[in-house]
Amino acid sequence: MKLPASFRTSKGMLGIGLVLAILLIAVIAPVLIPADWATKMDMRARLSPPTWAHPLGTDQLGRDLMYRVLLGARTSIAIASAAVLMSIVIGLPLGLISGYAGRTTDNVLMRLVDTLLAFPALLLALTISAVLGPNLQNTIIAIGIAFTPFLARIIRGEALRVAQMPYVEAARTAGNSDARLIVRHILPNIMPAVIVQSTISLAFAILAEAGLSFLGLGTQPPDASWGLMIQASRDYLDRAPWTALVPGAAVALTVLGLNMFGDALRDALDPRSKGAS
Amino acid sequence: MLDDVRPLVAIDNLRVEFQGEEGPIVGVEDVSFTIAPGETLCVVGESGSGKSVTSLSLMRLVEFGGGRITGGRLEFASAAGVIDVAGADDATMRAIRGKEIGMIFQEPMTSLNPVFTIERQMTDGLRMHMGLSGEAARARALELLKQVRIPEPERRLKQYPHELSGGMRQRVVIAMAMACKPRLLIADEPTTALDVTIQAEILSLINRLKRETGMAVLFITHDMAVVAQVADRVVVMCQGKLVEEGPVEQIFASPKQDYTRALLAAVPRLGEMRGKSAPEPMRLIGDEADVRAPLLPQAPEPLLEVSNLTTRYPVKGGLIRRTVANVHAVEDVSFTINKGETLALVGESGCGKSSCGRSILRLSEPTSGTVLLDKCDIIGLSARDLRRAWRDMQMVFQDPFASLNPYMRLREQVAEPLRNFGLAKGSEVEDRVAGLFDRVHLPRSFMSRFPHELSGGQRQRVAIARALAVRPKLIIADESVSALDVSVQAQVLNLMMELQAELGVSFLFISHDMAVVERVSHRVGVMYRGRLVEIGSRAQVFETPRHEYTRTLLSAVPIADPTRRTIGDDLNFRPIPSPVFPLGHEPGPSEYDEVAPGHLVLKDTMT
Repeated sequence: MKLPASFRTSKGMLGIGLVLAILLIAVIAPVLIPADWATKMDMRARLSPPTWAHPLGTDQLGRDLMYRVLLGARTSIAIASAAVLMSIVIGLPLGLISGYAGRTTDNVLMRLVDTLLAFPALLLALTISAVLGPNLQNTIIAIGIAFTPFLARIIRGEALRVAQMPYVEAARTAGNSDARLIVRHILPNIMPAVIVQSTISLAFAILAEAGLSFLGLGTQPPDASWGLMIQASRDYLDRAPWTALVPGAAVALTVLGLNMFGDALRDALDPRSKGAS
Repeated sequence: MLDDVRPLVAIDNLRVEFQGEEGPIVGVEDVSFTIAPGETLCVVGESGSGKSVTSLSLMRLVEFGGGRITGGRLEFASAAGVIDVAGADDATMRAIRGKEIGMIFQEPMTSLNPVFTIERQMTDGLRMHMGLSGEAARARALELLKQVRIPEPERRLKQYPHELSGGMRQRVVIAMAMACKPRLLIADEPTTALDVTIQAEILSLINRLKRETGMAVLFITHDMAVVAQVADRVVVMCQGKLVEEGPVEQIFASPKQDYTRALLAAVPRLGEMRGKSAPEPMRLIGDEADVRAPLLPQAPEPLLEVSNLTTRYPVKGGLIRRTVANVHAVEDVSFTINKGETLALVGESGCGKSSCGRSILRLSEPTSGTVLLDKCDIIGLSARDLRRAWRDMQMVFQDPFASLNPYMRLREQVAEPLRNFGLAKGSEVEDRVAGLFDRVHLPRSFMSRFPHELSGGQRQRVAIARALAVRPKLIIADESVSALDVSVQAQVLNLMMELQAELGVSFLFISHDMAVVERVSHRVGVMYRGRLVEIGSRAQVFETPRHEYTRTLLSAVPIADPTRRTIGDDLNFRPIPSPVFPLGHEPGPSEYDEVAPGHLVLKDTMT
């Protein structure tokens, strides 16, 4: 199998590399590293800067940041990607149907979405997870639902634009059913927007999980997640900035990788970016 | 022009390069010509010929589009002496742009800033270049608007661009270009986006201004008919190179280069079909294969019967988006198309010709009226049955870049109707698609390509192949050749006529281009404000037009013959009134006088 041309650019390679590396960490770090290394407290080395013993420094309880960031990857990535996947699964059909059907269907669905949009996403997630109870699965559901309206709105707009393109009308007169029109003609043409929005959503989902954790509704201490680590660092920013920089860099690298990966994926799906085949 | 007159512009060996992904791409090379003071030089060519790049280089604006002048001299005789534009610094260029060289762009919609009033946009340049005070600049702006003959100039100054019609906007753009009395006016396709009557107005305006002020005009266009009407001298360009240069009469009467000859052969000329009964394929140079003319069957048999078709679009407004008014797009239109016949609907933008075509297919739902296709009532069909009825009528759209799905291989797009209507199965589909590609003269290797890998004309052939796949009885061609270059347009027109001659398919040919319509149609209907104002055989409508609007339209069409200049000095056609009416407005029915057998003219005069 050959990699599509868009992935063979330096940006595409870097994107793939980062995404693969982070996925690898999320999968194998908990296997290789004993779970208690992330929670073991070293009281003599609290808020220690990077040293030989603690290469990335320690937090206020003397826990090793390197192990915490490696072991926190799984939680953060799992919650963020599951939540974004969920928002796509709900938001994509919602937006497509709304944009394609128009009229009453569109009005009803979009007023529903607008109602959800009226609440700040984090507040919404907070309410949902408070009602459902604090555990991993409910955190995913809460973030997933909170992110759905944004995606649905964007997809509706794109579907609306694409649905009135002449090629969709031509396909309609070519005898395609509504379902085929949506799946074969509209969906591929809105995928670029979905991909771009999803990669952005992933970054926000990681941070949303942090917010929930901070309020005691996401990941439960002493387990590590990137968001929780960033939240915990805020009291020590002046004395120990590495406590924020280490998880912050992990989030930034993930987002950077995902964005570059997303761009390459979008280009790979676009026949216009390939030569004659 | 006398030889000892110093040229205003002398372009010598111009070369412009663009930065491509794999090294520089040459946009223009080896282009040399001069413009004398007070003359109109037309640069003509098809898309990609480098005509716009050349004109933008003269303003050094080409750099804003990623291009770079890498060779040659661009001498311009400014008030301060001769300058080489290619090497001038930014301060010199700022002093020349807008002051000594004025420019008009193609799209009057986008060349004015929507958030400023006309006064603000006009006085800006005056204050900067002429150092006028606010009051003096205002007075000068008013004077300029009067010079371009805009009605009610005082009121226009306070208005925003969206409040003006397309023709008036282009007049404002011209007034702005004229503001500092430039020595050279560059007009880059200034009438391409305009209706034919407005085009005639703008051309006559440019002609008059040129004569009154003695400025030279560099006129960029793709339209040979416009060239014939306005040019003193002509430069023909093709693929970044200069092909031929000469006085306009010589270029049209005895072109020296094959390319010029081919270009001229592809242009339909209004009036050249006089006395012929059937449509006639264009004679293309280099493609001598005789295309059969589509003759009518002996016994005419009606295929499509449209009666009292009315389509209105609601205008929504207010908080709960109630309907506050109606756009009367199509108003009581009736006509018949016989089997194997082409009926053309002509008119200017907004006259309802496209809405009419869409209403017949029910892509836009008509408000009332009946449409019978082969005795089958289209309006009464359920969504399911309508889908089945589309087997008999297909549409070819205007923009070949938008009418094919960019994410789908061409084979799939042409195969879709075959599968959906159950016309072919399995390997048969592939054979039928291959046959269709042969039919529209496209290589079979294109079947596995994506739309972006084809040129505009090739894409339009694919769109025609897709429409033909179901063997329809009627094809509605909505401005199907308008977006194509003339030589490609001629090929696609010939293809349509060939298909009609061989398959007996009927066409509803919707177009704004009178010369093209004259070439392809058996019968012609002229639309104005949603109504059919005149309908008859092609000879009747073109040779004995009876309705005032038909005559106006015909008089405005530029003719591709420099010895027949129809563009007068000062044309001012009445703008088309708005088709928006309050709720409950019920206009009277369309009543016609039959002035000759089959030649109907709407009774009331233009209101």
